[in-house]
Amino acid sequence: MTPAVAFQKTSRHFGAVRAVDAVDLEIKPGEFFAMLGPSGSGKTTCLRLIAGFEQPTAGSISIFGERAEGVPPYRRNVNTVFQDYALFPHLNVLDNVAYGLMVKGVSRDERHRAAEDALKLVQLPGYGGRKPGQLSGGQRQRVALARALVNKPKVLLLDEPLGALDLKLRESMQEELKQLQKALGITFVFVTHDQGEALSMADRVAVFNDGRIMQVGAPEDIYQRPASRFVADFVGSSNVLPPDFVQRYAGERRWGSLRPEQIRIRRDTSGDGVAARVVSRHYLGAATKLSLDADGLRLHATVPSGAAIPEDGAHVMLTFNRDQLHLMEEQA
Amino acid sequence: MSVQAVSGASDVAAAILPRRGGFAGALSDLLWRKPGLLLFLMLAPPLLWLGVVYIGSLIALLAQSFFSIDEFSGLISRELTLKTYGDLFQPANLDIIVRTVTMAALVTLASAVVAFPIAYYAARYARGKWKALFYLGVMLPLWSSYLVKVYAWKLILAKEGILTWVFAKLHLSWLLDGWLSLPVVGGNSLSVSFTGTFIVFVYVWLPFMILPIQAALERVPGNLVEASSDLGASPGQTFRNVLFPLALPGIVAGSIFTFSLTLGDYIIPQIIGTSRLFIGQAVYAQQGTAGNIPLAAAFTVVPIVIMGFYLWGAKRMGAFNAL
Amino acid sequence: MRSDRSQSAPLGIKIAAAVGLAFLHLPILLIFVYAFTTEEKSYQWPPPGLTTQWFAATWARPDVWQALGLSVQVAAISTAIALVLGTLCAAAVSQTRFFGREAISLLVILPIALPGIITGIALRSAFSLAEIPFSFWTIVLGHATFCVVVVYNNAVARFRRTSGSLIEASMDLGADGFQTFRHVILPNIGTALLAGGMLAFALSFDEVIVTTFTAGQQQTLPIWMLEELVRPRQRPVTNVVAMVVVLATLLPILAAYYLTREGDQIAGAGK
Ligand SMILES: Nc1ncnc2c1ncn2[C@@H]1O[C@H](COP(=O)(O)OP(=O)(O)OP(=O)(O)O)[C@@H](O)[C@H]1O
Ligand SMILES: [Mg+2]
Repeated sequence: MTPAVAFQKTSRHFGAVRAVDAVDLEIKPGEFFAMLGPSGSGKTTCLRLIAGFEQPTAGSISIFGERAEGVPPYRRNVNTVFQDYALFPHLNVLDNVAYGLMVKGVSRDERHRAAEDALKLVQLPGYGGRKPGQLSGGQRQRVALARALVNKPKVLLLDEPLGALDLKLRESMQEELKQLQKALGITFVFVTHDQGEALSMADRVAVFNDGRIMQVGAPEDIYQRPASRFVADFVGSSNVLPPDFVQRYAGERRWGSLRPEQIRIRRDTSGDGVAARVVSRHYLGAATKLSLDADGLRLHATVPSGAAIPEDGAHVMLTFNRDQLHLMEEQA
Repeated sequence: MSVQAVSGASDVAAAILPRRGGFAGALSDLLWRKPGLLLFLMLAPPLLWLGVVYIGSLIALLAQSFFSIDEFSGLISRELTLKTYGDLFQPANLDIIVRTVTMAALVTLASAVVAFPIAYYAARYARGKWKALFYLGVMLPLWSSYLVKVYAWKLILAKEGILTWVFAKLHLSWLLDGWLSLPVVGGNSLSVSFTGTFIVFVYVWLPFMILPIQAALERVPGNLVEASSDLGASPGQTFRNVLFPLALPGIVAGSIFTFSLTLGDYIIPQIIGTSRLFIGQAVYAQQGTAGNIPLAAAFTVVPIVIMGFYLWGAKRMGAFNAL
Repeated sequence: MRSDRSQSAPLGIKIAAAVGLAFLHLPILLIFVYAFTTEEKSYQWPPPGLTTQWFAATWARPDVWQALGLSVQVAAISTAIALVLGTLCAAAVSQTRFFGREAISLLVILPIALPGIITGIALRSAFSLAEIPFSFWTIVLGHATFCVVVVYNNAVARFRRTSGSLIEASMDLGADGFQTFRHVILPNIGTALLAGGMLAFALSFDEVIVTTFTAGQQQTLPIWMLEELVRPRQRPVTNVVAMVVVLATLLPILAAYYLTREGDQIAGAGK
């Protein structure tokens, strides 16, 4: 099957800044694809390359098998939900949503009907008469979504669309977006720097750093089997274990990662395990996160609420399943 | 159901759409692909107009100041010479320059003094509706017809006009007559004296001084003034040590206008003033009746050079941020 | 200057500000009284009597109508040219970054920053060097040159407030450059252009210094007034014309103020 979006050794350099550097990537049709990475890692630039606002300085991009270099944004059947929504302040909501159809020459009645449908789809029926300035942040976000979806794009690009929303709204929008994507079957490319969001929503995730892709895979892969220290560190703040440590417990001299929730804590310091001392505790609600010092190595562990929590300075033993210790390559 | 309405024919559509037909579509694509061309097309008309026609004229004018006029034939000789600049420094012409610069300096000072309370009040005390009213109260005179303003002062300052009448009503005619009998500033009536010229200059350029001072004062936090008085400073000390230094960039910005406009004006001193010339009048006379374009051009260099130094100094004081 | 405590001003400041504002406005108001005076030969105050006869007299004056007509035509065409040039310049400066952007701003402001007499005489000597006879178009050329800056100032201020992502959003939704200009850019800068255009019109309508150098035998209204000021012949008619000019410039300024008051201020320093 032709990929929805394919990058072949694609680079976008701004002078000395390698915003996107020799990226190879295939996004499958109908997939919910997340781009995850720290600030400045090149996620937005990747999205802009797909949308057509940036041109690659090397390599190529194809959309559904068609080469896209040199094709202006307005001729790509790809739409974007902008981070600041970019709603047209001089148009009301209905005309904002109908804009794409208007410039394609769709008649007034027809495009307004389609826009109404799209507003229903994002659960804002009857809001068409308002100006964007009269909407809340969450509502604007939905209008931006409807304005993109009404054009039936082949690929929908979303640049941190939930970044400006409060936690509660964010969670319900995550749910809705996911369902919408399933129902419509449109390829979504979703940029975020929130690993929880990426892991919970996406079919596949690409982790970016410094303009390069560190790892692409299903959320479980990325989370359970990070390919490198960077990914382990960035995605869910895993414990990164140095080769010496790993050799002692797994026999191999390689870097390893261990999830905080996979560490068990025992007050009884006799018997097998890693001896450690509690340095500090952070109450998180559903769990408590402990900072531990194991002979100079700093580790994190989470203890679910309800379990007994050792006090600061207590000496404890740490245990874990050998097969949950994931071995990694040295920095990719 | 509405899900279908949107997803519809999504998979039959092409990922890359064909170009919009016609000339507009092709041109739009071309301009998108070559942003440099777009920039060129946007900049070419204004640059041709301002850069070539206007700057070209200015340079041509300045070049002519290096020509000279043949005293016998009255024809312009196109040989490069500094002779015209020599003429410029003859006592009669130097007189004109000194007179104009003195007037510009006095007008600037007086404008600053009159403008400050207005700007201060508008910036610190006026709120809401009053603020808008103050703003319009300065903008309207600023944009009102220059000639009408000058004309109004001709009415006011005339011997039979309202000012003489007011002085008479207040039994102060002796004061007015005393002032008019003074040398230099006096004259037959106010409308043919330097005092008259001075008043009209101050009046006409005053809004140009108020707006930048107000802008500078708007940026001073009000509690700075309160802090100063809480610390026991008298109003005079607060003004000298806190307000004035903070307003200074605004005053300098305003003075750029008042100074430059006074240097170049030739209509006000012609209508309200004595027969002694200002730079603007000299330029006008030289290029017109005297037909001495080189000397007129050399005269225009004077305000350009003065303003050049002035702007340079103002820039070093940070006055441009207050514009 | 912002103060948390709302206090009222000291009496001295209040009086000085009030006197200053009165100084700015009274002379203009005086014009209105003089338009009704019965005195023909001098500027006598108080007016010996009041009459409206001069309005009819002015109405019947072909030279006034001719000057007014020329002024309106010149202002209209200069404004149109300034709108095109000023908008292009503002768009180029605020939408793209290129070498020499600052120089462009300076270039636009120069015709108004230099004393008008310099602009005037420079143009005049250029016309004579190029052997261009004075005409309607030489007046327009001069006016358009210094009107560009007001349009430019207003347009740049608005462009600065208009988010650049709107243009990208429009292109993303399938609008090419022309469609984006028509449906997004123009509606967003429209009122700023209207305001800039009105100010440019007022500026041109009132201009006298540059015009004396670029007009031949033709008289714009300000030139007509200048003649009357230098050699008063029909004082009552001049009084009426002055009053009408005040009223005629008042309206565009007020309109421009209301068009731009949300956010950007009308570029007063543009004059
Ligand atoms: N137009 C540009 N000119 C110069 N450098 C740029 C430009 N656009 C992006 N960059 C640089 O490219 C790098 C990647 O930027 P990008 O916006 O893609 O990061 P990002 O991953 O989206 O970050 P964030 O999470 O903060 O949005 C950054 O170092 C940025 O400074
Ligand atoms: Mg980004």
